[in-house]
Amino acid sequence: MINFLFAAIKAGTPLLFGTTGEIITEKTGNLNLGVEGMMFLGAFAGFFIGHHTGSVVLALLASFILGALGALIYAFLTVTLKANQTVSGLALTIFGAGFANFFGQIMIAAAEDGVPKLPETFMNRLAEKPIPVLGSIPYIGKLFFSHNILVYVGIIVALICWFYMKKTRAGLTMRSVGENPGAADAAGINVTLVKYMNILLGGGICGMGGAYISLVNGGGVWNNNCVNGQGWIAVALVIFANWSPAKALLGSLVFGAFSVLQFYAPKDIIAIPNAFYVMLPYLITAIVLVFSSIKKSKEHSQPAGCSINYFREER
Amino acid sequence: MENKRQDIPAIELRGITKRFESVVANHNINLSLKRGEILALLGENGSGKTTLMNILAGIYKPDEGSVMIDGEPVTIHSPEDAIRHGIGMIHQHFKLVDVHTATDNIILGTKDTGFFLKKSRHNKIKELSEQYRLFIDPNKKVYNMSVSEKQTVEILKVLYRGADILILDEPTAVLTPQETQKLFEILRHMRDNGCAIIIITHKLGEVMEISDRVTVLRKGESVATVNTKDTNAKALTELMVGKAVELSIDRPQRKHDGNLLEIHHLTVSDENGVDKLSDVTFELNKGEILGVAGLAGSGQKELCETIAGLIKPRKGAVLYHEENIIGKTPAEIIKIGISMSFIPEDRLGMGLAASLGMTDNMLLKSYNKDKGAFLSRKEARRQAEGLIDKLEIVTPGAETPVRRLSGGNVQKVLLGREIDSNPNMLITAYPVRGLDINSSYTIYDAINKQKEKGVGVLFIGEDLDVMLELCDRIMVLCGGRVTGIVNAEETTKEALGLMMADAVKKGEGEQ
Repeated sequence: MINFLFAAIKAGTPLLFGTTGEIITEKTGNLNLGVEGMMFLGAFAGFFIGHHTGSVVLALLASFILGALGALIYAFLTVTLKANQTVSGLALTIFGAGFANFFGQIMIAAAEDGVPKLPETFMNRLAEKPIPVLGSIPYIGKLFFSHNILVYVGIIVALICWFYMKKTRAGLTMRSVGENPGAADAAGINVTLVKYMNILLGGGICGMGGAYISLVNGGGVWNNNCVNGQGWIAVALVIFANWSPAKALLGSLVFGAFSVLQFYAPKDIIAIPNAFYVMLPYLITAIVLVFSSIKKSKEHSQPAGCSINYFREER
Repeated sequence: MENKRQDIPAIELRGITKRFESVVANHNINLSLKRGEILALLGENGSGKTTLMNILAGIYKPDEGSVMIDGEPVTIHSPEDAIRHGIGMIHQHFKLVDVHTATDNIILGTKDTGFFLKKSRHNKIKELSEQYRLFIDPNKKVYNMSVSEKQTVEILKVLYRGADILILDEPTAVLTPQETQKLFEILRHMRDNGCAIIIITHKLGEVMEISDRVTVLRKGESVATVNTKDTNAKALTELMVGKAVELSIDRPQRKHDGNLLEIHHLTVSDENGVDKLSDVTFELNKGEILGVAGLAGSGQKELCETIAGLIKPRKGAVLYHEENIIGKTPAEIIKIGISMSFIPEDRLGMGLAASLGMTDNMLLKSYNKDKGAFLSRKEARRQAEGLIDKLEIVTPGAETPVRRLSGGNVQKVLLGREIDSNPNMLITAYPVRGLDINSSYTIYDAINKQKEKGVGVLFIGEDLDVMLELCDRIMVLCGGRVTGIVNAEETTKEALGLMMADAVKKGEGEQ
């Protein structure tokens, strides 16, 4: 059971990054369906830089930057050119996947044995090891304090984002822009700037989620289709989490659990084909979307200005 | 403020011109305003009042002309610039974030309380509200507030930013007479403290009561500026319209007898199970105008939509010639011979298809009269052009999307279409909201004509002066309940105001 939960946390971390990033984006009033694409960009950037430099920090930084650049395309289209948000997001998804596949293929062709690998020292830095003292607590130590470093990064990023949104003036500003850009504008806020900043921040965080997939889940080897729909689950998780990064922690754990269930379900008792387990997270996603469409309180639902572009002189 | 000389205008606009596509909203407008003065900005619908004020507030950029503040030319590129120059605007549609508290709305966008949102911010706002005697609960969420509370928050918002030039766009449209008086108290107090105030209003009585000077706009141009004490309502109307206008509203004698519609014990709940209407009982007679008064959100919308067959009540009956029409679809209601015209409050949402032109909007009502699979647009186009002439609708053409028209013109399109369909019952929600005096009177005349034809009219209104003159009877709603049904000739504005706030002792109203 402990092993199962441990694996669930691990599998949930990329979802946590993606969800947190998308929450920031949606809270500032933009529905960016390009999470999958930005995760692909981050996955590639992280792996490529890790492959060449062997530095975890640089790899993460690169994934953040490329994810944010993907978001920049989206922000330019939707905020500056006022293009339709749904279509722009979908385009970003397709672009990101194509980008990672194309350059991933080049990387594969350039590798000696056709398998681009991360350096050994790099993988060692990302290895799971117990934190001194805390890690030796029975059960809890294994469950919470024996992960690879990126799991902690994910949790800290989610908590910082929660704090940023709820407790800082900048957070109040961005939430106001997302709820009612007209009101924020009249209050003297630069709506365009706030939107750009937060969309880029959100995109960067999504990119880090992609890096987690290619660096940790991939076991040190590049795989062209590594993200494989997890960006979409993150988009649904935003709704599950009621647009709160704190609740995204729980949500990503639940979805992480579903995605690793196939390895831990007692096969001798329930004999269900593996394909069912692979499908499960997506099925749950669909169910969550149905239930979350039931109206909730105003504060815990999609920002009122989400997916509507703001144009000051609109009459 | 002390060192600014009193004789230099706080604001001076010279030759302001603003165009939207081919429509000129403001043309060569001049205006000036001193400190310690309340200026009323008066003008017909679409005469460019709100546009002009939005230019001052940094929402729109003028195409030509200059703005001077305290004698110095300035350029206002954004609301932020406007705030920096001490200009605060209270928009007709409040610019508040619903899910945030009063405090968070007030401090939004200001830079003086540090990086973190501290708990103590609420206390600061409480102090501010006590200092100005504008009492609010700083922790209350905006969506839980009444309209008058929201307005108080808006006023505090501009005061918090240190604005000393205030612009109020139709601030009294949503207030009870008592709340209006309270607002005027506040404005007078601020004027006496040296603020410069511009108030946009349609209500001439209020212009006479509150303002020191009046600037009149007509068709986007400033036609006159007069001292309030040297003028009167009639003279102002003539300036606005450009010709003499009869100001009294007719109330033709009722010629028809018999009852048209009976509503019994109507109770409507929203999706959360909250009663929006409870136990509403009244009747509407032929050839009668029944006014429905009440603060916004007292159940007017639900009443209209239930009668129109759009929402199902939890309890009660709507009898039309003794036939219950509850549970019938709008199409079935039309089929049994009730021709009902419904002019909803939300004109672009429910009344018209915003991105279609006038012609297509005419077709929405008449398309099923055409036989065969194809539509004939010719007839609809003729109807649309007829309305443009008859109601003097300002539009680039019959095919221009109606959302591009100004609010009053949109209303004319809707009312014109509905009356054209020869109904025997007319439900209108705020038919003159946002309309100028001249077109308001066009609308009142149109409604009176319907009355004389024997049409029963349910008139949901907000201007009590008008309702007292136009309606035969007035029903007052408060919190979804009927707090009184009175003959318009035998009641007063104050009595209605008290009923609207449900301050009448039980049994005093004719329930």
